[in-house]
Amino acid sequence: MNRRHFLQQAGLFATSGIVTIGTHGWAARAIGQTGSDPKRLIVIFLRGAVDGLSVAVPYQDPSYYSARPRIAIPKPGTAGGALTLNGQFGLHPALATLMPLWQQKRLAFVQCCGSPDGTRSHFDAQDYMESGTPGTKSTRDGWMNRLLATMSGRSPIQAVNVGTTTPRILSGAMPVATVATGRNAARPLPIDRPQVADAFDKIYSGNDKLSQVYKDAREAREALMQDLEKEMQMANNGAALFNAFPGDAQRLARLMARDRRIQLGFLAVGGWDTHVNQGATRGQLATRLQALARGLETLQKDLGKVYNDTTILVMSEFGRTVNENGNGGTDHGHGNLLWVMGGQVRGGSIHGNWRGLAANQLHEGRDLPVTTDFRDVVGSVLQGHLGLDRTQLSQVFPNYRPSKTLALV
Amino acid sequence: MRSRYSFGVFSFFLWLGLVAPGYAAADPKVLHVLNRLGFGARPGDVERVQAMGVDRYVQQQLNPQSIQESTYLERKLATLETLDLTPAQLAQQIRPRVMQAMGAKTPEAKQQARKEARQEARVTLQQAVEAKLLRSLHSQRQLEEVMVDFWFNHFNVFSGKGLTFLWVGSYESQAIRPYSMGRFRDLLGATARHPAMLFYLDNWQNTAPNSPGAKGRFKGLNENYARELMELHTLGVNGGYTQQDVMSLAKILTGWGMGRASGSNGFKFDADRHDFSDKLFLGQTIKGSGVQEVEQALDMLAKHPATARHISYKLAQYFVTDVPPQSLVDRLTQRYLATDGNIRAMLETLFRSEEFWDSKVYNAKFKTPYQYVVSAMRAAGTEVEHPRPLYAVLQQLGMPPYGCQTPDGYKNTEAAWLNPDGLSRRLSFATALANGQLGAVAVLGGRDRLGDRPSSANQALATSKPVDAQQLMITLGDRLSDKTKQAIATSPSHLQAALILGSPDFMRR
Repeated sequence: MNRRHFLQQAGLFATSGIVTIGTHGWAARAIGQTGSDPKRLIVIFLRGAVDGLSVAVPYQDPSYYSARPRIAIPKPGTAGGALTLNGQFGLHPALATLMPLWQQKRLAFVQCCGSPDGTRSHFDAQDYMESGTPGTKSTRDGWMNRLLATMSGRSPIQAVNVGTTTPRILSGAMPVATVATGRNAARPLPIDRPQVADAFDKIYSGNDKLSQVYKDAREAREALMQDLEKEMQMANNGAALFNAFPGDAQRLARLMARDRRIQLGFLAVGGWDTHVNQGATRGQLATRLQALARGLETLQKDLGKVYNDTTILVMSEFGRTVNENGNGGTDHGHGNLLWVMGGQVRGGSIHGNWRGLAANQLHEGRDLPVTTDFRDVVGSVLQGHLGLDRTQLSQVFPNYRPSKTLALV
Repeated sequence: MRSRYSFGVFSFFLWLGLVAPGYAAADPKVLHVLNRLGFGARPGDVERVQAMGVDRYVQQQLNPQSIQESTYLERKLATLETLDLTPAQLAQQIRPRVMQAMGAKTPEAKQQARKEARQEARVTLQQAVEAKLLRSLHSQRQLEEVMVDFWFNHFNVFSGKGLTFLWVGSYESQAIRPYSMGRFRDLLGATARHPAMLFYLDNWQNTAPNSPGAKGRFKGLNENYARELMELHTLGVNGGYTQQDVMSLAKILTGWGMGRASGSNGFKFDADRHDFSDKLFLGQTIKGSGVQEVEQALDMLAKHPATARHISYKLAQYFVTDVPPQSLVDRLTQRYLATDGNIRAMLETLFRSEEFWDSKVYNAKFKTPYQYVVSAMRAAGTEVEHPRPLYAVLQQLGMPPYGCQTPDGYKNTEAAWLNPDGLSRRLSFATALANGQLGAVAVLGGRDRLGDRPSSANQALATSKPVDAQQLMITLGDRLSDKTKQAIATSPSHLQAALILGSPDFMRR
């Protein structure tokens, strides 16, 4: 993009209604192009490998309790017990706020899901799950960025990442907007002053990489600041949220609810690598799950009407060992649970091929196997929800032939 | 032709009064060493290195003890009383409070005492952060600071995990700094024994199941450290080890933990929790013998060609280019193997290599947020009384010191750090610094993760002097691109310093 093009685009923004809509008109209508309501996708990545066996608890399997004497979640109906999902699995009690979604059949799980690559390295496994090409390290971009390229309706804020650095999953040729985590996301910066911005525009007017990123930054900031300022005014009236994830989820939800140009959202939450002292009904993992549930609940609530057009995926790089380790924790495993929720999700059921916890059914005798490739789940959502065709899907997941379609959306 | 063109641009600047008459652009090699062996030029550095010669500068930096340290820095560091404490002394400091917490009658009183203990102990983390920033900003031994930063990230620990915050400063000064240009094996051994690492990667709890000492939270194996020790610290993820090797190393490391005894420096091997069976590790049998097994395993890992390659790749990536030339990685690997992992020898090879001196790589590495912020402060020549607000800035940029949660440490590549929001924040920082309003930007972050900030610190930065654009150009050797210079020259004078610090040229090193 050359400078003239940039200025033209900036001019377009100024007349596209963002700037001219007053405070009152703001709440009344969403921003962006008119037409049918766009479909949205939010991916939440639990970095560090969440223990899926504590999320959807296989309480009917006696091996579960013998493998985890100190950290198993008790059976439904007992003190601190799991909440019945179906006759076989129960939900961690810290996730109780998600039960209504399950009952409304808007939450589904895929068991024994994951990457076919067997690495137990967090970094490689996350890398593969984000590039969408397990086993291939040389892939430069992430699958959400390639997804962006297949979607119509170009906008610098079509994909929004909440964080400080662009994650692998969103890296690539398409511009991606970033919103800082925490409450200072909407504070004005010196670069927002017109005179300062004008001066930097001159210096970053080339076709080089930095100038491109600069232009993306300016466009995204201009669009997002408008949204965020309103959000701040509203947020200050609301109750303070106790930790970062629910607050960030709320911010993302309100941005997406207000601005229809935002179609993809990404949030990462860390702290799941529970090698030590994982806890059971209460404890480290329970505290994190509770915050996660609050965030997901907030997302649903604050997306408002838009929730109907939204699908949310919750994924993690791999599962954890079936057996607890010597320190009341779990080590790096293989297969895991993938969560799917949203307004059009066909939920209330657990998908995937579950083979039980008998030693001869486990991967390398210790971990849940991967019986569903995560790309089959994501692909099913992209086709069913975002309406991607086969060709587009193969752009998102190159060199991959889906082995099945799951009836998720 | 070229010189006439340069002269044209130069006179253009004379006319605009940006660069003093008679000043000639510096030798690009001078900037290259200042940017790569250190955190960038302070006022006067370019002239100094130009006068002494690039080769001599490199030799000096490779021998930090030969360099007279800044007295300003020494005076500042002397006020940070927790810096030289050993891990055991640091733990001792919070002991009375912890005991008080344990003896509390009600759960509320217990909670309160625990909170106070943590708050008191946070001073050690605050001082570690201040010391790190002060050294990066003011030390004359720049390469040493760069190497300490490099190795800290290589053997990363995260201050946010439990008690790790208590020990990060000691970890850096006692396990990393003394060996940053020494033997890799020493670095490996020192990090392996330090409580910061033992705690962060959980090995202090790693216990042989059914051993005499197995009880309570010390009941069985924990493979966290064993895995990262091979994947991140030595062999690298493709280093050829198997899950079986991870298990064997975890068994070798049973009982390798923390001790309370004051003479122990925080390390203790607990034979009661050790697995004394023989182990097959990387194709060799390690006889069950106790603490010696770990030394033997670390020897094997440090001598392994995969480790040599892994370390060589990382050094070449840090000092030369994001995807380093294979020829250089090979040569460094040879050097590692020939010198038994002598880091100074590897650096000598690196700084003599044609790959390092290829003009295409000059000013080609995208700065990390830490490098960017520190280099800007250095270029501005600000004497930093209280570096604490810089922590808030670094937090906003996603790179607070000692704040990388995962054991792989902060990356140093363009792909990791170049993104729209990060760039906006860098330019905002540059503008605030240039205008003498840094305090205002730091405050934007609200409370930082270090707890309450002394208000005098903000005051100090809020009232710092605006940066002089002409002096800045001279400090940076007048090597900005013509395009940048022209854009600056046609901008309002009160923004020129901000534009220099926020220029594409200054984003790179």
